[in-house]
Amino acid sequence: MPPLAKLREAALFASAAPVPVADLQAMAAQAEDDETTLESALAELRDHYDADGHAVELVEVAGGWQILTRPEYTEAIERAQLARRPQRLSAAALETLAIIAYRQPIERGEIEEIRGVGAGAVLKSLHERGLIDIVGRGEGLGRPLLYGTTAAFLEQFALRHLEELPRADELAIALRAARPAIEVSKENGDTPPRAD
Amino acid sequence: MVGTQPGTSEVFLVDLVEFSGPLDLLLSLIRDEQIDIYDIPIARIAEQFLARISTLKLDEAADYLEMAARLVRIKAQLLLPRREGEDVWDDPRAELVRRLLEYQQVREVVDVLERRAEDRRSRFARAYSQQADLVPVSGPLRISLPELLSAVDRVLRLAKKPHVHDVVPRALDVDGAMGIVRALLAIRAHAQWKDVLPRNAEPWEVLSVLLALLELAKRGELRLNQPRAFGAFDITRAPASEAA
Repeated sequence: MPPLAKLREAALFASAAPVPVADLQAMAAQAEDDETTLESALAELRDHYDADGHAVELVEVAGGWQILTRPEYTEAIERAQLARRPQRLSAAALETLAIIAYRQPIERGEIEEIRGVGAGAVLKSLHERGLIDIVGRGEGLGRPLLYGTTAAFLEQFALRHLEELPRADELAIALRAARPAIEVSKENGDTPPRAD
Repeated sequence: MVGTQPGTSEVFLVDLVEFSGPLDLLLSLIRDEQIDIYDIPIARIAEQFLARISTLKLDEAADYLEMAARLVRIKAQLLLPRREGEDVWDDPRAELVRRLLEYQQVREVVDVLERRAEDRRSRFARAYSQQADLVPVSGPLRISLPELLSAVDRVLRLAKKPHVHDVVPRALDVDGAMGIVRALLAIRAHAQWKDVLPRNAEPWEVLSVLLALLELAKRGELRLNQPRAFGAFDITRAPASEAA
């Protein structure tokens, strides 16, 4: 492996969180490094892990890179109590996160409007987990808090960036929503009776 | 619905039961009945909705009740007769359909997020990041008494010396004031409070004069008369001392 690839491997190994691309670049600034050589260094490292049969792999996540174990060893690692998988989020938490991810910055009222239930407890729990943050205050009455997703959100959902989420027009339901105005069928018992 | 987190169980979260909200319950009813979302038979759905929230013992959940009320209202609106030849008809179900579609979109994103989270959960980073957050708790402090005392000494040495004000005690001069009042009453039979008080009197002088007047009044050398509360009082030489 070229020295610059080894240097990046050391950095990735030493860090618990994904290492931002800018940091990886800055490490070799003196060595006349640029983006193409960073890419090639990371590609070199990834191929090395893949080709030589390593139990870890190089993953791009949350605007950086990270060395992660391969899924086939998860069970064994957990059984040996060396590490534990994080808890799954509740449906309410996932729905709230989905809304925030697409509509950020968004205030609590809008989230409640879309989900049809109060969001206070869920927002608190997501904030405590570091998945969302307060990103400002709205213009409305009482200047409500505005929420947005964090880097930890991208990390926990294996996203390189927010744009990796499906665009609204890629969602199946959006295609159906293109259907024209609501028609009233005659067979339906709920069709309002016509006054003669 | 995938597992719920125990961390939030102290709060009443509807999804702990089965559904994550009234829209979720409504969508599930529509799916079960294989109904076209654009043409919801409101009467039937409202009935089932009410039946479900009573069996789920969720009737205390305001969010569900609000939706139930909404469904009943839409049902009532649909029963209103439409006038012949009225070509523009606002379907009272339109807003509900819009919200259901929007919510269904959210559920689709949730599916994507769930898949990705599951993928990430099956991999470990080199340092288990949640462990990094836990600062190791150190045991109880183990220091000797001299160490503790020298530490206290260091703190006290660093602390600023308290600023002490010197307060000069100034005794009241009641006797002096009595002399002044007596001298004044020797010349005049009547006097005012302001006559016996020195110009620009300090508090101790005011108090001295007041006590002197009260003392002289007690001894019967003068009489004090205050016409109204907080008003100035008149000082009159007592007839007895006049005679003396």
